[in-house]
Amino acid sequence: MRHLLAIGDLERADIERIMERTEGFAEVGRRDIKKVPTLRGRTIVSLFYESSTRTSSSFELAAKRLSADVVSVKAAGSSVDKGESLKDTIATLGAYGPEAIVIRSPHAGAADLVARWSDAAVINAGDGKHEHPTQALLDVYTLRRRLGSLEGKRIWIVGDVLHSRVARSNVQAFQMMGAEVTVCGPPTLIPRDIERALGCAVSYELDGLEEADVVYALRMQRERMGESFVPSIREYAAKYQIDSRRLSPRQLLMHPGPVNRGVELSGEVIDGPNSLITEQVESGLVVRMAILYELLTGGRPRPGERASDSDDVTDPTPIKEPA
Amino acid sequence: MSEARRISSLDWRGTGGRGGELVIRGASVLDPCAGIDGNHDIVIAGGEIAEIAAPGSAEGRGEVLEAEGKQVFPAFFDPHVHLRVPGDEDEEDIETGTRAAAAGGYCGVLAMANTTPPVDSAADVLALRERASDEASVPTGFLATVTRGLDGAELTEMAELREAGAAGFSDDGLPISNARLMRRALQYQHLVGANIALHEEDHDLSRPAGAHAPHLGGVMHEGLVSAALGLAGVPSVSESTMIARDAALAAYEDARVHVQHLSARESVEAVATAKEAGVRITCEATPHHLVLTDEEVRSLDSRFKMNPPLRSEDDRQALIDALRSGVIDCVATDHAPHAAEEKEVPFEEAAMGVTGLETAFAVLHSELVLPGVLDLGVLVERMGAGAAAFDLEPPSLAPGSEANVVLFDPEADWEAGADGWESKSDNSCFAGRRLRGRVLATVVAGQVVYRQRSFAMGIA
Repeated sequence: MRHLLAIGDLERADIERIMERTEGFAEVGRRDIKKVPTLRGRTIVSLFYESSTRTSSSFELAAKRLSADVVSVKAAGSSVDKGESLKDTIATLGAYGPEAIVIRSPHAGAADLVARWSDAAVINAGDGKHEHPTQALLDVYTLRRRLGSLEGKRIWIVGDVLHSRVARSNVQAFQMMGAEVTVCGPPTLIPRDIERALGCAVSYELDGLEEADVVYALRMQRERMGESFVPSIREYAAKYQIDSRRLSPRQLLMHPGPVNRGVELSGEVIDGPNSLITEQVESGLVVRMAILYELLTGGRPRPGERASDSDDVTDPTPIKEPA
Repeated sequence: MSEARRISSLDWRGTGGRGGELVIRGASVLDPCAGIDGNHDIVIAGGEIAEIAAPGSAEGRGEVLEAEGKQVFPAFFDPHVHLRVPGDEDEEDIETGTRAAAAGGYCGVLAMANTTPPVDSAADVLALRERASDEASVPTGFLATVTRGLDGAELTEMAELREAGAAGFSDDGLPISNARLMRRALQYQHLVGANIALHEEDHDLSRPAGAHAPHLGGVMHEGLVSAALGLAGVPSVSESTMIARDAALAAYEDARVHVQHLSARESVEAVATAKEAGVRITCEATPHHLVLTDEEVRSLDSRFKMNPPLRSEDDRQALIDALRSGVIDCVATDHAPHAAEEKEVPFEEAAMGVTGLETAFAVLHSELVLPGVLDLGVLVERMGAGAAAFDLEPPSLAPGSEANVVLFDPEADWEAGADGWESKSDNSCFAGRRLRGRVLATVVAGQVVYRQRSFAMGIA
């Protein structure tokens, strides 16, 4: 794997390999000293054009736990703020010789462009409403830990699918791992033709939710009201909020965060026994360590070196498997 | 309706009919409207087609183009280009844009008025006409805006603009959203005469975030691919509902309209319905909408971003059928040059528009004619028919017509853009594509205005 730009670029075997690698890093997280020298001397640039708490902090911590040097650039207060184009910013940051660039952008395809303009391995940390592949991978990891396998599981993704990059990546990743996915939300927030585009089922109502093994709620942004996608938060919550009445004890609950309490989820289910929300955050760290490892040492030559030399550069298995 | 004028009466730097004699020898000549289809010699004198003679019979007293194995058609006319003057001369100017036109086999173009600032005063029109008479390789007409400053609120002084030589009117780039204003413009057309070209787009439908975020318009066709990519969609009905509105207004006011760049099946149906009802409506389609679909956007390559957007395969088939049947009157390129920095950005941020003059005929020849989808004669007719909508004589090879002629090598196999472009900009959605057939020479009013580099020219 050269870059991680979209779930659609991956094969099931790629996901399986990253999952196995993640298990190894989870073991590191249980040690007293949670740091390994794997990426010592490597530079990773983290470029965030949108505000983010968990994605940016978990990438930064993941890189540090692998002993990489991290340069974090946020759009606010940087030259981006002064009108510098993405292309020029990438050229500027390229002067540091980064081996990986993690990019979050409000625009679809930004990570693809960076991959074209830079020699670094590029990780898409969310591009517009297009994809958020690391979120999908951490969600697959979280579910596998709980369920063993996603094969044949029924997953409902509920909420604003139209504006959700998480939904687009997760539908693909869950299906690739054998799950059956239904997207559910108000008709105004379900993209036309999504059944044919992604191969999922569509429901405009929560009737039938009881079939789900996993309920994955999406964040409902308040600005959608002003755009007439839904008439009111009240009506949205009445029709689509996941609460203890609608969630049965055998169902697992997920959410990409940050949660609007009392909108898409009621308080009691967020903190309830079905909720995997905290585990998702924990998984985010180890999955991102595995992804950085995969891209920076996964048989890819370092700049200036031939592919056949790559085995001499890095030991591909420096981490002990968990006991 | 005004009487049709010759294309060379538009402004350009040619001498307009005072050229010497030119013979094109031995070509396969095709002009279905003039009933010409076969091997002939063409004798051009005094800027007109003097004679369509038996092959080998014409004796040249002036220049001779040896054209055995080549094809000759009436030259093409593009009623929809952007020359970016004034204001964006870094992207295109009259000289480069019309050179691109000549290289594409065009004997005339109409330039849109959505420049910076827009062309909305008689002084603007006169200044552009003067520049064209110095710089334009092919006759160039300038449209003026329908509304002042493209504000969509007040009509321009359309009568004075027409007297200054505006070739027509258009707010292209923007729809005339206000139905009252649209109706006034159509009423006023009875005084002014010239046609009104319409960019049909209901912004309430094509800008999904609405007034909440008016800048967040749709960036591609709303459908399966936009659902997969998470890009804001421009639904087909944002075009077709406006066409239906304006066709109804034109019928009510007994006015005429020309609909620009049809992109959707629903739009074809709206125009067909209006035509059946006798509405004076004409319309155009672009080569990119006739050849490409929204599947191209999966690459997120900004070269595939334009407005209206590339639509589905079903829409494309509807456009081809309509071009064949005549519901779509003509091909127009919507040649829209953009600077590299406006395109080297994420798809959603990129400027809308693609160049098209230099590839139009070769693309349609390669993708529609050679596979047997569209008859060559039909395509040739549609490549020139846009002139009629703006009261100009469509190019013709009938003796006595103005000698607007294109010489075409149907066997040429070339890569679009490999030799560079005549246009200042390179935002072609066909760059890198292998094309079959290439324009070798373009003749306007008897003058050779373009010769393809490798094409040798003999003097008798």
